[in-house]
Amino acid sequence: MTTTVARPAKRKKAVTKNRAAVLFFVAPFSVLFSLFYIIPIIVAIYQSLLTVEREGTFGKPTEVFGGLVQYARVFQDDAFWASILRVATFGIVQVPIMLGLALLLALLLDSPLVKGKRFFRLAFFAPYAVPGVIAAVMWGFLYSPKLSPFTAITSEINFLGADLVLWSIANVVTWVFVGYNMIIIYSALLSIPSEIYEAARLDGASQARIAWSIKIPLVMPAIVLTSIFSIIGTLQLLAEPQVFKSFTSAVTSTYTPNLLIYSTASVPNVNLAAAFSVVLALLTFALSFTVLKLTQRKAD
Amino acid sequence: MSATTTSAAQKHRGPRESLFSRAGAMLVMAICTFYFLVPIWWLFVASTKDRSDFTTSAPLWFADFNLFENIGNLAVYRDGLFFKWMLNSVLYAGAGAAVATLFAAMMGYALAKYRFRGRETLFNVVLGGVLVPATALALPLFLVFSQVGATNTFWSVFLPSIVSPFGVYLARIYAASSVPDELIEAARIDGSGEIRTFFTVATRLMVPAMVTIFLFQFVTIWNNFFLPLIMLRDEELFPVTLGLYIWNSQVNQIPEIRAYVIIGALLSIIPLIIAFLGLQRFWRSGLGTGALK
Repeated sequence: MTTTVARPAKRKKAVTKNRAAVLFFVAPFSVLFSLFYIIPIIVAIYQSLLTVEREGTFGKPTEVFGGLVQYARVFQDDAFWASILRVATFGIVQVPIMLGLALLLALLLDSPLVKGKRFFRLAFFAPYAVPGVIAAVMWGFLYSPKLSPFTAITSEINFLGADLVLWSIANVVTWVFVGYNMIIIYSALLSIPSEIYEAARLDGASQARIAWSIKIPLVMPAIVLTSIFSIIGTLQLLAEPQVFKSFTSAVTSTYTPNLLIYSTASVPNVNLAAAFSVVLALLTFALSFTVLKLTQRKAD
Repeated sequence: MSATTTSAAQKHRGPRESLFSRAGAMLVMAICTFYFLVPIWWLFVASTKDRSDFTTSAPLWFADFNLFENIGNLAVYRDGLFFKWMLNSVLYAGAGAAVATLFAAMMGYALAKYRFRGRETLFNVVLGGVLVPATALALPLFLVFSQVGATNTFWSVFLPSIVSPFGVYLARIYAASSVPDELIEAARIDGSGEIRTFFTVATRLMVPAMVTIFLFQFVTIWNNFFLPLIMLRDEELFPVTLGLYIWNSQVNQIPEIRAYVIIGALLSIIPLIIAFLGLQRFWRSGLGTGALK
């Protein structure tokens, strides 16, 4: 991250001289970032501290300061924690499978074992061009017991039933994102100078050995990056289950944390939805931060 | 990037690998190709069929070729609502990504090339922004826009999507490594102003990073679902993902809509595939920069 070479003496002078230019470069993004990142977060936290009170059963509702009332509700809400548990289960299984496959394909593309790399690279990446909603609609047809090209399988196994639907959704997410993660890891592999494994080659090391002992450690930063993005994506799961709701009753409106937030906000119970959002955001942030710290310590 | 040297070196040592491991590798590649491409192939084939062929003919091969009739039917269904959605998506994603790229490049360039007070703080705040996913902001944004009475407008979806913290991160790294200080200094000596130097010299060197930022922001906006879902009520403003989602949820009540969902799904992914194929040289090198740090 800190690739900039510091040249204090020379740069210091430039500070005062270029203040107007710096302001010109920095202002548009900073203003928009404040308006559409920082202020919304503050408003959400503020809303989560309010509660609605009525005078009598049919009285006019008024928003009053309620302290942590909404948060107490969040921690007692079984549906919320069930949805967290569900996406956690999903992530523990799906993220390693997806990243493992992405790593394997990137290593194969980078090895001399495979011909026709250009074609495979594009073929594996193509699903990333399919929006999550569209991918879910498509796979909904492919899972269907009557319309699927694989009715031999789908008429026997109910991919949309309560037992399997979570993993059917996991397959859709895997299908979309393996190629994307593969490209990130592959780009990192390409920028390793090949002299580094020349010596190993001369010693007769196999491709698998080179991949395991040299390549994987060197692309660790890329793997960490993809892991963090995948963890965030898993906790934020929304589009795919939202689509699957129209294929199967096994996906409820509290299936994932974001579905629960959406349905709570539509009630409307905006204050509780805001509290859910804040807790989910904090969990997401804490988890990705932990992964970052753990992997950094390992790398040192 | 050392891509060319790597692959050249690999060509020399290709034949030394055993037939067994090469066959194994190609088998993995073939299975994966099948897995990744069959759903898209199915969508294309299904789009070419009329209603009766869709349920009666083999799903993975063509019956009568009715692709253009299907597109024609879709174009007139509900006064071409689908193409209105496509146009909306092109506007949200195309214009949004262009503005986002410009602002991210300016910000990243300033962070990389100038020393000013609060620079590191600013960069750390932006990095924190990278870790805040778009879906987590959808409800907070709704709360803000509803306070000023601006939900259910074009701007309520457009404005939030022109902010790309990841773009700033990428632009900063790229500017630091690919725009030499000497070049900026030389431009200064030639009497070029700071802003003019950025637009005439620096942006040219930052093209790969900017194409990457543009493409990824384009995809992010094109795929965005939660924000429009929560903001928009008027279907004239829908992006194509939200529109197709609504249609798909009506298939049980209106069975003939299924054909429109399928052909619409196919048409909605074509712009992205074209963009990725056309610009792949740029985004591949740009992505490498981001991942490696």
